[in-house]
Amino acid sequence: MTAATTTATTRVIRDFDKPLWRRVLLTREMAIVALLVLVVIVSASTVRGFGQPITLTYLLLDIAPILLIALPMTLVMITGEIDLSVGSMVGLSSVVTGALVQGGIPFEVAALAALLVGLVGGAFNGFLVTVVGLPSLAVTIGTLALFRGLAVGLLGTAAVTEFPEFWTDLAKAKLAGTTIPVVMIPFLLLLVGFILLLHYTPFGRGVYAIGLSKDAARFSGVHVERTKFILFVLSGVVAAFAGVFYTLRYGSARGDNATGLELQVIAAVVLGGVSVFGGRGKIYGVVAAALLIGSLASALRLMNVTSDVINIITGALLVVSVVAASFLAWLQKTRRRPGRPSTGATPTAS
Amino acid sequence: MTTAIPVSSMTKRLSALGRAREFGILLALALVIIAATTNNSNFLFSPDGWRDLLLTPSILVLVAVGQAIVLITRNVDLSVGSVMGLTAYLTGRLFIDVPGIPIVIVVVAAVVFGALLGLINGALVAFAKVPAMVITLGTLYAYRGINVLWTGSDRVNASDMPKDFLALGTGQLVGIPILTIVALIVLAGAAWYMKNTRGGREYYAIGSDPAAAELYGLRVTRRVLTAFVVSGALAGLAGVFYAARYGTINSQAGAGWELDAVGAAVIGGVAITGGIGSVWGAAIGAVLLLTINRALPILGIPDFWQRAVVGLLIIGAIVLDRVLAVRQKRRLIEARDKS
Amino acid sequence: MMFARKRVTAFAALAVAAAVALSGCASTGGDDGAGDGGDGNLAITFLPKNLGNPYFDTSSKGGKAAVEEFGGTFAEVGPAEATPDAQVSYINTATQQGVGALVVSANDPKAICDALNEARDGGVKVVTFDSDTNPECRDVFINQADSEGIAKVQVDQIAEQIGGAGEIAILSASANATNQNAWIDLMKEYLASDYPDITLVETVYGDDDDQTSFDKTAALLQTHPNLKGIISPTTVGIAAAARYLSTSDYKGKVALTGLGTPNQMREYVEDGTVTSFALWNPEDLGYLAAFAAQALIEGDITGKKGDTFTAGDLGEYTVGDDGVVLLGDPFVFNADNIGEFDF
Repeated sequence: MTAATTTATTRVIRDFDKPLWRRVLLTREMAIVALLVLVVIVSASTVRGFGQPITLTYLLLDIAPILLIALPMTLVMITGEIDLSVGSMVGLSSVVTGALVQGGIPFEVAALAALLVGLVGGAFNGFLVTVVGLPSLAVTIGTLALFRGLAVGLLGTAAVTEFPEFWTDLAKAKLAGTTIPVVMIPFLLLLVGFILLLHYTPFGRGVYAIGLSKDAARFSGVHVERTKFILFVLSGVVAAFAGVFYTLRYGSARGDNATGLELQVIAAVVLGGVSVFGGRGKIYGVVAAALLIGSLASALRLMNVTSDVINIITGALLVVSVVAASFLAWLQKTRRRPGRPSTGATPTAS
Repeated sequence: MTTAIPVSSMTKRLSALGRAREFGILLALALVIIAATTNNSNFLFSPDGWRDLLLTPSILVLVAVGQAIVLITRNVDLSVGSVMGLTAYLTGRLFIDVPGIPIVIVVVAAVVFGALLGLINGALVAFAKVPAMVITLGTLYAYRGINVLWTGSDRVNASDMPKDFLALGTGQLVGIPILTIVALIVLAGAAWYMKNTRGGREYYAIGSDPAAAELYGLRVTRRVLTAFVVSGALAGLAGVFYAARYGTINSQAGAGWELDAVGAAVIGGVAITGGIGSVWGAAIGAVLLLTINRALPILGIPDFWQRAVVGLLIIGAIVLDRVLAVRQKRRLIEARDKS
Repeated sequence: MMFARKRVTAFAALAVAAAVALSGCASTGGDDGAGDGGDGNLAITFLPKNLGNPYFDTSSKGGKAAVEEFGGTFAEVGPAEATPDAQVSYINTATQQGVGALVVSANDPKAICDALNEARDGGVKVVTFDSDTNPECRDVFINQADSEGIAKVQVDQIAEQIGGAGEIAILSASANATNQNAWIDLMKEYLASDYPDITLVETVYGDDDDQTSFDKTAALLQTHPNLKGIISPTTVGIAAAARYLSTSDYKGKVALTGLGTPNQMREYVEDGTVTSFALWNPEDLGYLAAFAAQALIEGDITGKKGDTFTAGDLGEYTVGDDGVVLLGDPFVFNADNIGEFDF
């Protein structure tokens, strides 16, 4: 029978040929980790001011929103969808927090309200994608404009900058004895949570399945719509949380906050090995990629390189990484592999 | 057997017109203008109002048309804002560094530069087979960065550019702004190409079903490449318009325009999944967007809410499209079952 | 197989964490004790509201000249957009670099306070100029002119140009800018007390962005058909408004004044769109700010009232209340004198 072998089977068959070290170390994710270690070491020894404790603090504070949002975004993109509205949600939750605090509401309540807004926004996205059946690219371009519009509409271009000192200090506080910001604790909790969710639960396996083949997943009993809906809600809530953090960290709630953040998150996710077509990717790759981009930016800023050059490098990195991945896949497809069990069918590209 | 009621061709044409998406947004546009004008007759009936009504959208129309072509092939070009900024700055630089350079040369240079930038996008998408969204996201960053790097902390001031070039930006011919006339010519040309030539129809085919188009023998790679080149070229022309209209160009020129372009196209009936829509729709969508923008303060709504209105319109448009598509599919299935 | 892979993955994750933590816990490694600015560290960084703004180009030029005069190193950084949060990263970077002093024009009085105080804890001296922060976050503020004087000169000019009665509007910069809001509040007070027949109908924000200011001017003129005058206390705003006015029907019918630079406004004064406007010399402002920074670094002053220092060619200056140093008085430009200036 010349039934076309599925991508998964082909990959497993190929994997058995390679020794363990090749299988793990030659992956895309490990390449990013290696690059990260390289950049950190080189910067620490050559860039004046990089090898100080405070660098880590500023670095983590700067990329904390990206790290946070990249977690649910990874899962969303593994299912083959995308959420472009996260940056606007950060702005909206920031504005909601600010507007409520300005109106006299205690900060804790305002922050919870912001999280609620994130939940509703995520659910709105999820509803349009799963129930109405619209493509997520179109929907989230619309909600990107809508959420940002609501944020700017609520506060205009004014910024709320009066927040209780306890909270703004907490946002920038460091863990006892180290220079690691306190915000890393919620991040690590979320990280562990998402890793467990993605790699150790049926829900997570369902996520991969949906990315590889929506219909096959559905026939295998995966609740496709429900899974996607939950992922969009998660994306909205985490973005709202990142928005509250952003507000405290910069001490300013403004409708423009975090404009363009979604691009940075997607850059980190794609650089970290998640395929835009869905079906593959690992969280640790994404975290490493975010840290890589952040360290590069930090080192470059210390050398007084302007942020535009940093943007060029981020953009170029994004393009190169995706083109390289595509090129490697093409290489693998056309390269002859001796000793492969012959099924008579040509393997499909992964 | 169903009896067919004879319908005059006029009725058929009118009903087709009525159903056409383009007519719907045209109606919406008319409503907005009427509402704004009843509030303040200066909106339409003053020389400045009439001029601004036609002039302000003309830049976005160009970008939206290019974006529509790319969207129809089932791709997206997020870098048009950055391309626009780069070509606008190039325009200013050429006038400053090469005194006495004819305006035509500058326009051609900008368009060619834009086309080149589009070519990079197209090559990466068509040859490397990478999703356009990711590529153009990267080039959005990269081109903007190059723009800022090139600009340094300089900017082009209106006083640096020749008077007759700036006059193009505000001048009128028989009461219609020159830039609008050019935009209309480009629009008509693009619309004719998309509808009446084989090349144009092939864009639709590729967008509807890329695999089938490939199997059918269409040169998909070449068409996709051309679509991006056209999008870049139009963004380049839009950059020249921007320079003529606003006069002052800093490194942030054109920032955010890509979303307005996609929004305008989507509102105008172009589907993000490709294969559906027309450049006329995208153009009307662009006019509608910017007119709403200008009408909001007159209607007493602080223009801070403009972005939210755009977002609602985009979502409304795609939901409407979906509902209509589902209904049409159901109707077709019924017709098939009945016959 | 899967198990072994997970173990290696966990190890890899640990390696990443270790690498990151190492850079965090290491207190040496490459930096030459540049952690604090001590006496003699004359590395001065200018951080204006945004880059690409001709007003700040001029002030930085003055600052650079001053820094070269006393033998320090000059750097200018800044965001593309005039927002509060964008300035925070640059302040953080300056702290990391251990510069001697930071000279800032603030986008918001409070938002950048924490970052500035962190910088000061690290030994960096903080001088604000043009637009202040809350006094507890900086050492000295260089004010270009008395705020009341700035507000008064603009209101007086518009009143004169529209004949003492009518509707006016204000085209400001960004909604949070300290100096803008200070001046606008004073303008409103002055209008209420001295010009009861003039009504301020609207204040719009151009965010110190040229296109936005241009479009806002168009919207203002359209929404208020009886508008007789516009005050724009920001050089980007007045330039954009003048450009719009000079090609519209309202030229000559709607008066425009505010704070502008001679180079940008010259053609509009010459073609009659603008009669007069005011400013001070931003170059002197930057020059003075740099010298104040030097005085702080070298311990000549601490920002207390009564401290005096010499600012090169400009002479001696005394610190006033709240650590404020006044540059001088605003200057009115019109068709008669605009040819004499080049900035």
